[in-house]
Amino acid sequence: MSQSENVKYYLPGASGWPLAFGAGLFTLLVGAGRWLHDLPDGPYIFFAAISVIAVVLSGWFGTVIRENLAGCYTPWVGRSFRTAMRWLIFSEVIFFSVFFSALFYTRLWSAPELGGAYYPLTNILLWPDFSFQWPLLDNPDNSQYLGANHISSPWSIPLVNTLLLLSSACTFVWAQWGLSRGSRWILKLGLVLTILLGLTFLLLQANEYYGDYTRDGLTLNAGIYGSLFFFLTGFHGLHVAAGVLMLSVILGRSLAGHFTPDNHFALEGVGWYWHFVDVVWLLLFVFVYWL
Amino acid sequence: MKAFITRWMRSTNHKDIGTLYLCFSLINLFTGGSMALAIRAELFQPGLQILDPNFFNTLVTLHGLIMVFGVVMPAAVGLANWQIPLMIGAPDMALPRLNNLSFWLLPFATILLVSTLFMAGGGPNFGWTMYAPLSTTYAPPSTDFMIFAIHLLGLSSIMGSINIITTILDMRAPGMTMMKMPMFVWTWLVTAFLLLIIMPVLAGTVTMMLADRNFGTSFFDAAGGGDPLLFQHIFWFFGHPEVYVLILPAFGIISQIIPTFSRKPLFGYRFMVYAVVSIAFLALAVWAHHMFTSGIPLGAQQFFMYSTMLIAIPTGIKVFNWLATMYRGSLTFETPMLFAVAFVVLFTFAGFTGVMLAVVPADIQYHDSYFVVAHFHYVLVPGVLFALMGGIYYWLPKWCGKMYSETLGQWHFWLSVISVNIVFLPQHFIGLAGMPRRIPDYALQFANFNAVSTIGAFIFGFTQLLFVYIVIHTIRKGSPASAQVWDGAVGLEWTLSSPPPHHSFAVPPKIG
Repeated sequence: MSQSENVKYYLPGASGWPLAFGAGLFTLLVGAGRWLHDLPDGPYIFFAAISVIAVVLSGWFGTVIRENLAGCYTPWVGRSFRTAMRWLIFSEVIFFSVFFSALFYTRLWSAPELGGAYYPLTNILLWPDFSFQWPLLDNPDNSQYLGANHISSPWSIPLVNTLLLLSSACTFVWAQWGLSRGSRWILKLGLVLTILLGLTFLLLQANEYYGDYTRDGLTLNAGIYGSLFFFLTGFHGLHVAAGVLMLSVILGRSLAGHFTPDNHFALEGVGWYWHFVDVVWLLLFVFVYWL
Repeated sequence: MKAFITRWMRSTNHKDIGTLYLCFSLINLFTGGSMALAIRAELFQPGLQILDPNFFNTLVTLHGLIMVFGVVMPAAVGLANWQIPLMIGAPDMALPRLNNLSFWLLPFATILLVSTLFMAGGGPNFGWTMYAPLSTTYAPPSTDFMIFAIHLLGLSSIMGSINIITTILDMRAPGMTMMKMPMFVWTWLVTAFLLLIIMPVLAGTVTMMLADRNFGTSFFDAAGGGDPLLFQHIFWFFGHPEVYVLILPAFGIISQIIPTFSRKPLFGYRFMVYAVVSIAFLALAVWAHHMFTSGIPLGAQQFFMYSTMLIAIPTGIKVFNWLATMYRGSLTFETPMLFAVAFVVLFTFAGFTGVMLAVVPADIQYHDSYFVVAHFHYVLVPGVLFALMGGIYYWLPKWCGKMYSETLGQWHFWLSVISVNIVFLPQHFIGLAGMPRRIPDYALQFANFNAVSTIGAFIFGFTQLLFVYIVIHTIRKGSPASAQVWDGAVGLEWTLSSPPPHHSFAVPPKIG
């Protein structure tokens, strides 16, 4: 790479976006707290903050996109963006591993322990009517936390969802390949398909949740099984939703003529994120739905 | 006015953002410090004299949260912001706008946290360790706002760490290989990785707390098949590496100061690097030494005892190497060096009490007593805080181009080092004699040492006002400093003017 590209690192000028984003987050959390405490202004503050955040994020990313189109970003900057994205995804992996760890701890240690598997007195003295099984439908104290009455089979909707996400990974890679070959219609079509597959996944998950809540008694209040199930699949769903949003932005930019074979960090970065979301789903399918 | 807003609120410059972090940290030092003085005032005599017991618990909680998240971490990040680009020959941090965001999240988080004191039901009163169910079932409503404050703090740290890692990996001047980086840069690289691992864990923990409190989940409630110990495991998986996050940058600062005032290169650079990396790995494997008395099985107790004791080895290597650097060096003891030497002695002492705590049968006695309080305050105050202050004395002339008053610096040092020992040394003995921690009233036999400790605390607290005076006086009226500042100083930052130009290294320097 040329000497000038090696020495030139674009440094943005002063920007108000960070402070605005911080203020928006602060307001969001104040609204969330007030909503949780049943104060009437809570939801309004919360949703007002969401709009502020949306405006700020589009402004901030818009600025970055404009800087890219103006040629400010050398390959050196591109390397920094990629490093940063990799380590962001790493931190997200760690976030999910907290809940997987909680799942393994509960299934392998604490819930069997309540059933008397390791130190029998725990069960005899504290929860004599409790015996451990997984999925845990019969909690130690069903009057406080009423267990679910039914768990759906992993081989119906969850399997479909697995196929949807795996296909969406393929359509995305196809889109990227299209860009590298100069075939922009493949880029756009691949992204459209990826988004549609992702949206279908979300709709099916929402439908599943509805059934869980109304028909199966599987709720956040259904004891540790429900708590872990909804945290693991729920945060995953949120990440899929964020991914679909990002993919839509990337699609919009593709339609606007952005991205060349040499300059497409955002496409790559969102792609890594989408693959990460896919891998988490595979782990969910194996450890939450199946085993 | 517009220029002020642009420079201080819309900044993308690592030096100004570093200054913001440091000022923010200094303000919180006095907030958290006032809480400490209130606590020590109540503990001056047995009986309940000044504070409502629940409010005492609230002060204990907020003192801990503010000192850890509002003082030490921001100060360390402030030093990282100032120094890392200067030390690696970079024009700025890799992601300057993200850098600004990482800072500005902190005042918002602190406002959210401190506002809990004024909410109905009082502030969080369950200690900074937030054990369930005290923090879930039995906690005041303001706890939810504390949880949100922690979310913001975690986000700030995660983004700051990503920025630091990217900067160190991608922005080094050509020729600066990893094994030529200054130790301060190495310690921050390792710290940033630790933060990336532990901050999402803390986020998960407090989100589960939030759910147990508000959404009827039972993560930490055995009635629903959950487990209070799940909280302890996940919290301490964050909490133990967190204290290494606090100490590693301090190690880095000491590794910069001692060679300068010994006029000798750091002894055993390679092993210092390996030691920092091994400390970080081990730090992730010792968390349950905070849980020895919580009913974990004997096998687990043994594993964590051995792994905890293992950390003493790389740490000891570092202490020996600092001493070896000084050995036969041409030593002078300006204020930074005084703080650094005090660090080596007093941190080592704190390390000894740490090894004592690692021994399971002994810890059964020490756990939740003032012995623990004494241990961690020794690590944090004459340990981390002294290193941070030493670093500020060391680099302030570079940052502002003015020299501090050596006489005043010496006064600050000696008053601090003597009073800090008056506060915390007696606490070892009352702990060993059986005084529990987190109590506003205590048995009569602990009275004398508590009184001594309180006196020391007030001297220490007011002495820090001198530090503020010194810093402000230096910036406004100090005598001009050269680029070199310290004749023994080696490193890229000393090749720039004092103060450095706006875009530090606009052209990367050539490394020999």
